[in-house]
Amino acid sequence: MSAGHSTYTPTSGVMKWLDERLPLPRLVYDSFVAYPVPKNLNSWYTFGGILSIMLVSQILTGVVLAMHYVANSGLAFDSVEHIMRDVNYGWLLRRMHASGASMFFIAVYIHIFRGMYYGSYKNPREVLWILGVLIFFLMMATAFMGYVLPWGQMSFWGATVITGFFSAIPWIGTSIQDLLLGGFAVDNPTLNRFFSLHYLLPFMIAGVVILHVWALHVSGQTNPTGVEVKNIRKDTVPFSPHATVKDAFALVLFFILFAWFIFYLPDYLGHADNYIPANPLKTPTHIVPEWYFLPFYAILRAITFNISIPFTDIVLIDSKLGGVIAMFASIAVLFVLPWLDTSPVKSANYRPLYRQFFWIFAVVCVGLGYLGSRPPEGIYPTLSLILTIYYFAHFFIILPLLGWFETPKPRPASIADAVLAQSKTNGKAAAVAQPAE
Amino acid sequence: MSADHTASLEEPTRRDFLYIATGAVGAVGVAGFAWPFISQMNPDASTRALASIEVDVSAIEQGQAITVKWRGKPVFIRNRTDKEIEEAKAVPLSDLKDPIAENANVASDAPATDVNRSAGDGKENWIVMIGSCTHLGCVPVGTSGDYGGWFCPCHGSHYDTAGRIRKGPAPRNLAVPVYAFTSDTKIKIG
Repeated sequence: MSAGHSTYTPTSGVMKWLDERLPLPRLVYDSFVAYPVPKNLNSWYTFGGILSIMLVSQILTGVVLAMHYVANSGLAFDSVEHIMRDVNYGWLLRRMHASGASMFFIAVYIHIFRGMYYGSYKNPREVLWILGVLIFFLMMATAFMGYVLPWGQMSFWGATVITGFFSAIPWIGTSIQDLLLGGFAVDNPTLNRFFSLHYLLPFMIAGVVILHVWALHVSGQTNPTGVEVKNIRKDTVPFSPHATVKDAFALVLFFILFAWFIFYLPDYLGHADNYIPANPLKTPTHIVPEWYFLPFYAILRAITFNISIPFTDIVLIDSKLGGVIAMFASIAVLFVLPWLDTSPVKSANYRPLYRQFFWIFAVVCVGLGYLGSRPPEGIYPTLSLILTIYYFAHFFIILPLLGWFETPKPRPASIADAVLAQSKTNGKAAAVAQPAE
Repeated sequence: MSADHTASLEEPTRRDFLYIATGAVGAVGVAGFAWPFISQMNPDASTRALASIEVDVSAIEQGQAITVKWRGKPVFIRNRTDKEIEEAKAVPLSDLKDPIAENANVASDAPATDVNRSAGDGKENWIVMIGSCTHLGCVPVGTSGDYGGWFCPCHGSHYDTAGRIRKGPAPRNLAVPVYAFTSDTKIKIG
């Protein structure tokens, strides 16, 4: 869609003068006003816009909170309470920032699953997808370091456990862990560097977001049919007002949910233990990460056995390294997803089998999240292992095989055909429901 | 391919030499410049200053334990009951996930027998260990778990009454730090 020529025409003399020197208004006009979007985008496609607004919201509240927060192990916990009680509107700003992190992840998970359902990672959008996974990874690092800053019990022990991942690396693991912590245990040097990096990473995310949007505007958006745009005039509508208004409407609904958490359930997604100041001598009896890390945490805990050469005592990968490898692999596999899915058909709407496996996969991910929140006793580790095996089987067995064995349904010839066919079969109801499309 | 080109492939010119030399010096320069930025993250002098602590254990009765802080980490000092010692001694070494003593006071390949894990002959009731789970560093809870020793609540590692890993994701026995009895009632750790 980048093929279309720029239709920007400066109206005033000043804009004409600027356009010849720095065509920034042209870039904005071509990217967010005239930019053609498929006319059949549904509501699931609004989360990209929501995510950019959430990034802005997190940076804005974060910069303000940093004016009142003290990154020192003796003062951090109290300075957060100071923000909550003394700073004007501090309670609001901190809750916006803390609940905002959860809302950010709700939106990003919907965005990722939407991409999986509609095959958004397929040719020619592999780089777009990889940049997205990179953003997701940076988000996880940022969220983790942010959670350490209030210096409560969960902050401290979360930091201990997560930096402990690196100690699983053979030979040099402990040295790497000491390097990350700046000591032999989590302490003031750790808090200071996490604060510095927590402030830096969102701006790196913003940088990758720009690349992500750039890549999107080169290949164009996918759409629920998975059929590429063939005729700009028939298949697309201009970004403004169609997509802007639709995104804004979705944003309002999303912000209602956000506000509900801020004002009515501010601590619902957190842990009571984090209101106890960090104590290096006592681990909380039930330590769990924030909800958005739970599926990965379940995968980490699922590996409780050493992997040895059969019939010998030679241990190749001990249980600790095995768990850490499985957890990182569960994220890394997303980078190669475009090459694991062998089907040329993008949208699950035309892939009857993939559609079922997609929903099973979604349920497995939620199931792993539930298991991650349970204590590591009884039946839970076994169930975690079964779901972990399924998680990887989805990527390495089911997706490659489906491309060969599945018979896709016939796809419409073009987006315009699909839209017209739908309004014919649905009659007036569809015409009323989607007047702008 | 011209004769000229072939000659240049076989015989490096002065320009080739300059390219490689410049590149090499540049790489060394970048590495030298990057080093302070990486090294500053390592534990600083005040953290590295290895403090040793002395602990009075006279008040710890059999079946009791205390936790002291050493180098930012908890150290468990437990006066074990006879039953706990018997239980630990009854375990064959082949049942152990980690058969090495992991005790800084004995040979690095000493087997994880109960006596090698404890304060030694005559002081077998005393066990001193860094209270940091060898999995991901949580503090295990005493007198719990499937083996009556320690249980790590984070990821479910079970240690026996000699602090040896028996079940769960942890790879090694709880580490025994360098320590010595300076008198019958005092332990110096570190």
